[in-house]
Amino acid sequence: MIRVVLPSHLRVLARVSGEVFIEVSGDVTRNAVIDALEAKYPMLRGTIRDRTTQKRRPMVRFFACGQDLSHDSPDVELPSTIAAGEEPFLIVGAIAGG
Amino acid sequence: MSGVRVLVGTKKGAFVLTSDAKRERWNVDGPHFGGWEIYHMKGSPVDPNRIYVSQTSSWFGQMIQRSNDGGKTWEALGNKFEYDGATGTHQWHDGTLRPWEFKRVWHLEPSLTDPDSIYAGVEDAALFQSTDGAMTWQELPGLRGHGTGPLWQPGAGGLCLHTILLDPINPQRMFVAISSAGAFRTDDAGKTWQPINRGLHSLYIPDPTAEVGHCVHRIAMHRSRPNVLYMQKHWDVMRSDDAGDNWREISGNLPSDFGFPIDVHAHDPDTIYVVPIKSDGEHYPPDGKLRVYRSKSGGNEWEALTNGLPQSDCYVNVLRDAMCVDSLDPCGIYFGTSGGQVYASADSGDHWQPIVRDLPGVLSVEVQTLT
Repeated sequence: MIRVVLPSHLRVLARVSGEVFIEVSGDVTRNAVIDALEAKYPMLRGTIRDRTTQKRRPMVRFFACGQDLSHDSPDVELPSTIAAGEEPFLIVGAIAGG
Repeated sequence: MSGVRVLVGTKKGAFVLTSDAKRERWNVDGPHFGGWEIYHMKGSPVDPNRIYVSQTSSWFGQMIQRSNDGGKTWEALGNKFEYDGATGTHQWHDGTLRPWEFKRVWHLEPSLTDPDSIYAGVEDAALFQSTDGAMTWQELPGLRGHGTGPLWQPGAGGLCLHTILLDPINPQRMFVAISSAGAFRTDDAGKTWQPINRGLHSLYIPDPTAEVGHCVHRIAMHRSRPNVLYMQKHWDVMRSDDAGDNWREISGNLPSDFGFPIDVHAHDPDTIYVVPIKSDGEHYPPDGKLRVYRSKSGGNEWEALTNGLPQSDCYVNVLRDAMCVDSLDPCGIYFGTSGGQVYASADSGDHWQPIVRDLPGVLSVEVQTLT
């Protein structure tokens, strides 16, 4: 079970509160996590990755285990603690503005 | 009992304002979609309980929301706006070419006859259509691909298709406007398009009378006379009596002919409304006086409507989609400001009152007349 923390706007959009939990079969990569997230919550399609290019939206960040993974390849495996559900995968709206 | 429902899109959410036909006492409901930019919301003329919303965010992209119960509940629908075929390029500010890239939906225009059919005007400028109630969207590529597309360039607000007018008499005909490309017309339901900018004169482009490149801010028509179009351009208020084939200036005695919205009285096709703004560099009313100007002669002769509007120290703006009219008698006029006020007049503009004063900056105002 993968634990995912969504930014507040996306929690409202998905009508969830707190962490969400998803299952990923196979390698636990960023794309696999988001694929599973979008399958469970279709209204999130396009909010984290561009609908057409599937690239990370510029003002969305991915944090895990105290690290910024935003610039990593979306197809590399996430830390084992994410895959084990020991740590949450954080999807974060980038800080912008004063 | 008749009444009105005013749909207000703001920089931080949507608000639904309702009143009976007197339009004196109002109920304010919202914010819906708090924190998101609501560029536009509009109800279906066929089914007023069906309301479509463009919800957008610099962080999380574009959402389309739909209500089937007059705004009580909402459902997120299709948000995949994929350009048809080769993306192509358009002009950028620095003279380079940029590929078309979808950014947001500026305007939603529901069909006059089918509640499941709706058009979307988007940035970068293109026209999309859904025929399944906004579940899926398809571009009408004849507009972007008709030939002048590579010459289009963004205005200060982006390369946006912001106005869609459906001809209520001829279902094959519609009009769109793009900043800053100009106005365009189709006579075959969107398959092919032609620029309709003859008579426009824009000093901010190398050839002031070019076929495209004009920063049209808004066009409007009266449903009884769709061949007559009114336009608020970046500068100049214009009129066409031949469905856009030719335009002539009707700015007349306006204190400034810069502005964004323009609209037509519901029961008199020769009565039109604009909100003059000082200049392109100073987006606020001249002399700090918020004045709607009304012409009862189809242009040129204008009168200031000030009763109930601030006449000193007012420096708000009124955006292109932020004015509308209801179809009650007398006709109601509504507009919203960058300062978060929504003003209403229940007597064709003679007297005004604020419905609300302190919303987030208003991006759009639409009204539904309910029977």
